[in-house]
Amino acid sequence: MTDTIFLKDRTAIVGIGETAFGKAMAQSEEQLACMAIKAALDDAGISPSEVDGLCSLNMENVFQHDIARDLGMKEVTYYAQMPAGGHGGCGTVGHAAMAIATGQANVVVGWRSRKRSGRASRVWAQLEQRIQGSRDTWLRPWGIIRPVDEVGVMYTRYMHEFGATRDHLANVALAFRSHANRNSNAFMYAKPMSREDYFAARWVSEPLCLFDCCLETDGAIAFVVTSSERARDCRTRPVYIHAAAQGFDGGSAILANYFTADPMRSQAATCAKSLWRQSDFRASDIKVAQFYDAFTPEVFFTLEGYGFCGRGEGAAFTEDGGIALGGRLPVNTGGGSLSEVYLHGFNMISEGVKQMRGSSTGQVDNADCCFVSSSDLGPTSAVVLRN
Amino acid sequence: MTAIPLPYGDDPDTKGFWDATRDKRLVVQRCKACSHCQFPPHPFCAQCAHDETEWVEAAGRGQVWSFGIAHGPTLPGFQNLVPYPMIVVELEERPHIRMVGSLVAAPDASINSVPASAIRIGLPVDITFTAVSDDITLPRWMPRASESLKP
Ligand SMILES: [Zn+2]
Repeated sequence: MTDTIFLKDRTAIVGIGETAFGKAMAQSEEQLACMAIKAALDDAGISPSEVDGLCSLNMENVFQHDIARDLGMKEVTYYAQMPAGGHGGCGTVGHAAMAIATGQANVVVGWRSRKRSGRASRVWAQLEQRIQGSRDTWLRPWGIIRPVDEVGVMYTRYMHEFGATRDHLANVALAFRSHANRNSNAFMYAKPMSREDYFAARWVSEPLCLFDCCLETDGAIAFVVTSSERARDCRTRPVYIHAAAQGFDGGSAILANYFTADPMRSQAATCAKSLWRQSDFRASDIKVAQFYDAFTPEVFFTLEGYGFCGRGEGAAFTEDGGIALGGRLPVNTGGGSLSEVYLHGFNMISEGVKQMRGSSTGQVDNADCCFVSSSDLGPTSAVVLRN
Repeated sequence: MTAIPLPYGDDPDTKGFWDATRDKRLVVQRCKACSHCQFPPHPFCAQCAHDETEWVEAAGRGQVWSFGIAHGPTLPGFQNLVPYPMIVVELEERPHIRMVGSLVAAPDASINSVPASAIRIGLPVDITFTAVSDDITLPRWMPRASESLKP
């Protein structure tokens, strides 16, 4: 088809905004969202009145029309919500890029605002007495209640098939904590962690302990996307959206992927195929990456799904500091969901932008692109950013 | 005791499954066109997209494909049972079919009645049924009698 529009480098992230991250913050989710969006627009040097596109996740409590009213946006011509919560973070970047590349909008904002006390914060705790929907029906009556239960059972099987251990999980938790210890905005900035600390932590859902689980934090993050042409006039150095993809396989399921023919095949495989088809960079070219890490085992599935290593090799990849700064692929250089903040992966997007601007607290020298992905246990999304 | 979350027994896609468990039978869906068997049940055959399926009985023998041990805090209905095992069972006669279940030491025993140390991947299990409401009877699994529960 001659009319196909390819996304490659047509659009750029020109602004990012982050609130402080903490627990029991005083502001409302709506206020936090506005703070992050305003900061991102100020970063770019763009007025809210110029924003005509809004993208968020389906777990977002602050609606696009509230944002537009609160910040005085005028005419909004594109808005979209990604399904599947944390699996769709990078999808909001992709939607923003598509909206601009196809002329639906000129300036698109994506955001995530969350308070743990918020209405939609912890879905599992709001289960009704009678379950609706196929997914919950075949898990909850037998006590698989929380996301951590679903992922724990997946990881027991992974250990069995590939010889992985809890030491590999500790590699992930320790690497990301060491990155957070350099990032003064990270929730765990002042709290170093040792391997002994990791193994002393209480169980949440065996084989996963407290430090295998992401933080429970409040805060908001936003980004601003516009055309590459317009980006050159913005206040910041443009970070180009080089490739953006979504994907899932028929039969795969969110988190509890027990029923499909090959549950240990990373669900990111389909998204990866689309992403690398669009990208001039290969997995082997990537020098820094941001992975969704609500739970430590997800890092292994992501490494395998996008071809950073082979099937079943994700755990071993983390040995000898493999995903820490100075390792062969530094991952989550700001601390990730485990140690910076849990905002359904939006801190992976902002950290990717910082890496491309050269302003990360865990800066990787000579990184010409950054891989960013959302939760790979389900319908997922990913982007390649470049400078 | 706080109740546990249960499905509706009259959902058109799954009613046949819950009708059977009330009779202490385990069933899976079979496609009337290509004979593909599937679980969880859904409206069409995932193999050939045919829209007519029937329920066929499964033997109720399987082995543990994977497991985990839930600790709190969790839903009130489960909080007083932690730590308890959660298992995924693959059926002996149809290994491509897996089901989430609970492991119990005896029929109607509590879901925390089997110690974690007695559970392993590959543990042979047999089905049992526990009525938990008027309309819902849950399939559960017991370590096969020939398997000792030694840690
Ligand atoms: Zn069929």
